[in-house]
Amino acid sequence: MPEPKVLPIAARAAGCPFDPAAALYESQKDDALQRVKVPSPLLGEFDAVAITRYEDVKSALSDDRLQMGFVFDPDQPRTMLNQPGNLLNYNGADHSRLRRMLTGAFTIKRVRSLRPMIEAIVEARLDALEEEGHGADLVTVFSTPIPTQVICELLGVPYEDRDDFQRRAKVGLDVNTTREEQIQNLKDMDAYMATLVAGHREQPGDNLLGGVVRDYGAELSDDELVGIGNMLLIAGHETTASMLSASAALLLENPDQATIMRDEPEAVDGAIEELLRYVAPATIMPRQAAEDFCLRDDEVIKQGERVVVSILVANRDAGSGDQDLDVLDVRRPPQPHVTFGYGAHQCLGQQLARMELRVALPALFKRFPGLRLAEPDQKIDYRTTALVFGVNRLPVAW
Amino acid sequence: MLLQVEIDEPRCVAAGHCVVAAPEVFDQRDDDGVVILLDANPPGDEHERVREAALLCPAAAILVRDRGGAP
Repeated sequence: MPEPKVLPIAARAAGCPFDPAAALYESQKDDALQRVKVPSPLLGEFDAVAITRYEDVKSALSDDRLQMGFVFDPDQPRTMLNQPGNLLNYNGADHSRLRRMLTGAFTIKRVRSLRPMIEAIVEARLDALEEEGHGADLVTVFSTPIPTQVICELLGVPYEDRDDFQRRAKVGLDVNTTREEQIQNLKDMDAYMATLVAGHREQPGDNLLGGVVRDYGAELSDDELVGIGNMLLIAGHETTASMLSASAALLLENPDQATIMRDEPEAVDGAIEELLRYVAPATIMPRQAAEDFCLRDDEVIKQGERVVVSILVANRDAGSGDQDLDVLDVRRPPQPHVTFGYGAHQCLGQQLARMELRVALPALFKRFPGLRLAEPDQKIDYRTTALVFGVNRLPVAW
Repeated sequence: MLLQVEIDEPRCVAAGHCVVAAPEVFDQRDDDGVVILLDANPPGDEHERVREAALLCPAAAILVRDRGGAP
């Protein structure tokens, strides 16, 4: 077997932060699946099968023989990922059982009922932007607090605790922190989540976590409930914040598209779908083969092999269609995409994420019709190296 | 043309795409979001939406069969 090559599986084109690296398009044309080396902060460098075509990504992510790679290991140190209750750590029947305890909170009906709460949070953030004035950082004042505050509502975090909660959430994502700071922060987060769980055990709150305790509390340990709370924070926070920041940046760079978002309410749902497809903040998703199997009929993936799918380039694969999917077109008929993954693990909170985006983005451009980058010729500070694509800072004016 | 819709309920992951695509044909249970089939033989003007729902379903839990017959 040839030595695996280094495919920059998460890389983006030089100078075009929204576009996949050219090597990823090349890989799509290859009839044989490529083995590549993938750098990983969690696992060190590992060999993996790279999957880049849209149809292959769908097949891979919906195949039960490809399993989640980060299965819970109680003998390893507890981290935000390595803990019980996190859906990313379960496969098969165990995963379905746990997921179905949570899906009732994310039905279309339930998410629609959350709209007024989300609108109130967004309005307050727009007021905060206005107060901060020209040069305000959209990432800190708008994109990051919106999903954090929505999660506070879902977990039942009282108002007086929210500043501390937001600070810990922020530290948890800050790469410029020491290992010691991260360990301490995680301890604080776990301890706080445990007090929330204890409160719901005593009297379940009228919110997501309270509902899970009320309906399934007898089947779940406190540890699992803490893990569920942490998962909702990790999964719902950075991805949504990144989508908000990156979408705002993209719309500022494409004013005609921003105008549609602002002035055409009936175009908003489709526009959000297009932005989700185009931005794909969770750039790659890893799996591991539980047994030998074939993809594309004749390409064998061996038991134990790791697989990495590129969400970013799969979303640009037009297949046999005639659309140019490398162009952002918010009026395009919605194209299927794998931004939320596919298969049994497809994002639990995707309808909530859509609702946050549908409320926040049009409201931003309506409140500030003249929204622009704070400095002329300002270069947008995109975060292209982290696992979740986003924007580091986005100073704006209007 | 007749369309026969079936649900593979254990596969459903409650992503909600079907309810958005074809609300006249699909709903969700309140307690766990699992799909409820409202109409197993939807009328012709629903067919396109039902096919889209089946296409978008991440768990392949919606089976659509063309039963032929008069349009």
